[in-house]
Amino acid sequence: MAQILNIDNISVSYGSIRALSDVSMNVNEGDIVSLIGANGAGKSTLLNAIVGLVPLKGGSITFAGEKICQAKHHMHSLSTDLIARRGIALVPEGRHVFADMTVEENLDMGAFTVRDQALIEKRKQEMYDFFPILGARRKQKTRSLSGGEQQMMAIARALMSAPRLLLLDEPGLGLAPLIVQDIFSKIKIINEENKVTVFLVEQNARLALKSSSYGYVLENGKIVLQDEGMALLDNDMVKKAYLGA
Amino acid sequence: MDTLTLYMQYIVNGLTLGAIYSLIALGYTMVYGILKFINFAHGDILMVGAFVGLLVYTALTGEAADPGVWTIIAFFIAMLISMGFSALLGVLIERVAYKPLRNANRLAPLLSAIGVSFILSNGAAWIFGTQSRRFPYPFANDPIRIGAIAITPHQIVIIAVSVIMMILLTFFVNKTRMGKAMRAASLDQATSMLMGINVNRVISLTFAIGSALAAVGGILASFDFRVYPSMGTMTGLKAFVAAVIGGIGNIQGAMLGGVLLGILEAVGAPLLHIPNSMRDTVAFAVLIIVLLVKPDGILGKNEREKV
Repeated sequence: MAQILNIDNISVSYGSIRALSDVSMNVNEGDIVSLIGANGAGKSTLLNAIVGLVPLKGGSITFAGEKICQAKHHMHSLSTDLIARRGIALVPEGRHVFADMTVEENLDMGAFTVRDQALIEKRKQEMYDFFPILGARRKQKTRSLSGGEQQMMAIARALMSAPRLLLLDEPGLGLAPLIVQDIFSKIKIINEENKVTVFLVEQNARLALKSSSYGYVLENGKIVLQDEGMALLDNDMVKKAYLGA
Repeated sequence: MDTLTLYMQYIVNGLTLGAIYSLIALGYTMVYGILKFINFAHGDILMVGAFVGLLVYTALTGEAADPGVWTIIAFFIAMLISMGFSALLGVLIERVAYKPLRNANRLAPLLSAIGVSFILSNGAAWIFGTQSRRFPYPFANDPIRIGAIAITPHQIVIIAVSVIMMILLTFFVNKTRMGKAMRAASLDQATSMLMGINVNRVISLTFAIGSALAAVGGILASFDFRVYPSMGTMTGLKAFVAAVIGGIGNIQGAMLGGVLLGILEAVGAPLLHIPNSMRDTVAFAVLIIVLLVKPDGILGKNEREKV
């Protein structure tokens, strides 16, 4: 499988606090890859670095053969909006829906880079079919949606640009277990049927690793373990620290 | 004239004044919506807009043209050119004086804006002198009587032009791709970047639109107030008050706040027997009351951390 995302030895600092140290990862096209770790391990920082929201202190990130982020050569790093245009969509932690806009307008924003109005309408319809609750609420302000509905809305919004790589930051955060299950089954479908590569960050390690072909474990800004998803589920250290067994 | 008609007349006058406040308040509120920053040079943009409008108009019609079809056409040409010039000036100011300070201490862009304000008003005084000029009426200005109420053609133009501008803006913000991007950027800047929106471009557009509207406000205001280098100070300040009354950051709020302030000022001053030279106190008294009773403004949201 071709590599779509290559993270090469990156470091990120907030002031004097180091958030990521020499992190390297690979995501192959068509896979679901997950990154697990405790609160504050640096998971969100990693995703924000990929989309150019935080600058790198060291290393570089390559997407589909193009260097998109580079330390020191900030002039050669792409800005966040350009990275989005290259085909990376991030569903941010806490969903970050445009609360004062309707579901439909949020989806329009997801398709900001698409200029073909007919294609936008077609994709919106696909999203309403895939997440029927969004279709029912399309004219409603997003702030009136429940947490689970907002999460689906955020995923649908990200899919409107037909990304090659979908980044999900804690899609299960704060949601009831059944809704989390539902969201993960949708993620599986997105990956298998729409051929979207998925890189997700989760605290719910069991669910994340079960869905993934490959996984990484992040601790204090460092990758401490990596293996196939199922193998990590069996790993003693993972069991002890993240699966509560 | 009985008291009721008198106050009806004040309301008509207040509506005219309020329409101008609304146009100018929109620029404050739109910029605040995205950057959470008060552009204190906005009032001076309206002054520049008025000067450009006046210069283009007199260049087209000559010094003392009699009102006719040509003066009306010339007036609207002058308005469009002034809008374009002011839009460019607004974008330029943002690039040079505010953008480099975007990640600086919040006080820095504010001080920079005050600096720009002085540069613009002093620059205008240097170029045009400090004496005030009259904007010649492009229309025959005989009042039209509706019952006992008199409304002048330029009042009608002020209200009509303002209403058209506000309808266009509402359509732009709600229905167009860039308009929606502007709303998205003011709701959540980082997330709008994730959508592929170039936020710098959206910010430039916001300054362009706000400044163009200020130019229209400046030209319309010069019918009543004449044109002079410091004309933007008090009108700009009152439009800012209007934006705060309506709920700063909220576009409908700016429209509502402007009209409300205009009417309160026109009605409140005679009602409370405030002499004409002190009628500005009404606007600021209203501001203080609003800040005490509903600090987020009439249509504002409770977003304490952003204040």
